[in-house]
Amino acid sequence: MKVITGNDLKTGAVIWWDGRGWSIHVEDAADAGDGGEQILAVEDAACRVNGGYVIEAERGLDGKVRPAHIKDRIRALGPTVRPDLTLKPADPDAGSWVI
Amino acid sequence: MYKYDHYDQAMVDARVADFRDQTRRRIAGQMTDDQFKPLRLKNGLYLQLHAYMLRIAIPYGTLDSRQLRKLAHIARTYDRGYGHFTTRQNLQFHWIKLEQAPDILAELAEVEMHCIQTSGESIRNISADHYAGAAADEIMDPRPWAEMLRQMTSFHPEFSYLPRKFKICVIAAEEDRAAMRWHDFGLRIVKNEAGEVGFEVYPGGGMGRTPFIAYKSADFVPQHQIFSYLQAVLRVWNRHARRDNIHKQRMKILVHELGEEEFTRQVEEAFEHILRLGTDFPQAEYDRIAAYFEPPAFETGLRDEIDRSDPDFAVWLDQNVAAHKAPGYAIANISLKPIRGIGGDITAEQMEVVADLAERYSFDELRVAHTQNLVLPHVRKQDLYAVWQALRGAGLADANLDLVTDIIACPGLDYCSLANARSIPVAQKIAERFADPARQHDLGELKIKISGCINACGHHHAGHIGILGVDRKGTENYQLLLGGSGDEHTTQAKITGPGFDEDGIVDAVERAVEHYRTIRESGERFIDTYRRVGMDGFKEAIYG
Repeated sequence: MKVITGNDLKTGAVIWWDGRGWSIHVEDAADAGDGGEQILAVEDAACRVNGGYVIEAERGLDGKVRPAHIKDRIRALGPTVRPDLTLKPADPDAGSWVI
Repeated sequence: MYKYDHYDQAMVDARVADFRDQTRRRIAGQMTDDQFKPLRLKNGLYLQLHAYMLRIAIPYGTLDSRQLRKLAHIARTYDRGYGHFTTRQNLQFHWIKLEQAPDILAELAEVEMHCIQTSGESIRNISADHYAGAAADEIMDPRPWAEMLRQMTSFHPEFSYLPRKFKICVIAAEEDRAAMRWHDFGLRIVKNEAGEVGFEVYPGGGMGRTPFIAYKSADFVPQHQIFSYLQAVLRVWNRHARRDNIHKQRMKILVHELGEEEFTRQVEEAFEHILRLGTDFPQAEYDRIAAYFEPPAFETGLRDEIDRSDPDFAVWLDQNVAAHKAPGYAIANISLKPIRGIGGDITAEQMEVVADLAERYSFDELRVAHTQNLVLPHVRKQDLYAVWQALRGAGLADANLDLVTDIIACPGLDYCSLANARSIPVAQKIAERFADPARQHDLGELKIKISGCINACGHHHAGHIGILGVDRKGTENYQLLLGGSGDEHTTQAKITGPGFDEDGIVDAVERAVEHYRTIRESGERFIDTYRRVGMDGFKEAIYG
């Protein structure tokens, strides 16, 4: 699947296109198919995203979206060395699925 | 330390107002990202992996308690409670919101700080020996010169659109504690036979993908001509630089391509011309600035003896405390490299502890080292025990300065959008492997430096043991290098061979270290042994 990501213009937070808007949770990411660049152009013009780009990802059997590249997996969760700062610090799997 | 005059303050305040307006217009959609990006970068605001990152200049690594408390306040109010000291003596916050960035710049301006020229094709924060003004072996305090050059080059039109970034370092001792020859323009303050002050000049150094060690272009440039000499160097670079290729724009590439002899000839020709223009600063201006760096009022008649009855304190004393120029005083180094910690990171609470200690025990001064540690430069020896106790209470008393666990590591792929691999976890695993204090002290001085990409922010080219993270088909891979140094015998590290995965690199480092331990001669540091025996034996030990 193809997923759109970028940073929120005002806060800088990592965000994922969920089909209607932007979410900070990678599991909300929608498959953008071939329409990623078009969506990005609209969202960039509306100043809702900064530095947006389209990445490859896969949806596992558990339904979770896993970006193909480690850099985007780290973006999705947070620094691997600061589990207290990840999006889901209570998640026992936090950190392990990143790599 | 230097205090802003009304011109400095007006310039910085005006810049904050400009940036506030620019940010407002960007958020309102009146500017595209392409238009806004160079403006935010000129104010040290990057977009990194998780958020915006703000890089704050700490000129020549000097801070006072008021400034550090402000940084603690910013960490707590606008970031996530901590900051990260870099190898350029700067501080970075990694969780900044664009909409709050102008407020942060305004807060920094209140304490005479800013982020100007911490990014872009400009003259970056000028670095200096972190023992400046305190070191027993220095000819004079190099910071007035660093400040002079900072003032002469800030907002200078000829230096605002350089071919690429340009880094200056000033030291004033035989021992190089600031990696001076890894800079575009390194200066060592010297005295000639007549006792006059001048500079040895070393242009053309730099790390990154094409590392070069600066060469000596001049044995003695009289002190009052140094700005003309700098202009001459920049003029030659500006004239020839390859602006068509970002990988060939740094001045080191030009020096390499022209050759040292021809580069020097052209610089001397330009120097002769520029000298006649009379653009060097007048003595009165130097005197005005130097007055800010007058030594503090050191007490006389202090005892040199220190009570070493607490064994843990004695270990810290031997490892982290350096000789001071004034009798009865010492330089206390604060390690930011706890085992299992993140090198260079410091919490808001720790910043406040250090600020209190600087105010109470170190004439309100502290320093940032390029090694990502802090320094209390002027501590009475009789106060060292109290300082150590306070540091220990804040988790800042690791006695590992310059040892195997005092590792330089860039933020790497955990934070940085340029990185190919993570640096911090590798540093943590190595530190944990060598955590035993007895083992660390037995190994002695051993400088490990880790970069998460070829840009070399973690100084891997200058590591006794260097590690470079690369991306190999989407997975992290680590190259091992040996034999680098950033001291007065600067050398460039060499790659040992094929790379390793994250666990493999830790094992490889240990094999190299054990090989050293096995073959070292009495009194030899790791780097000494490497220089004596060369790469082959180490390679065999590492790869079998």
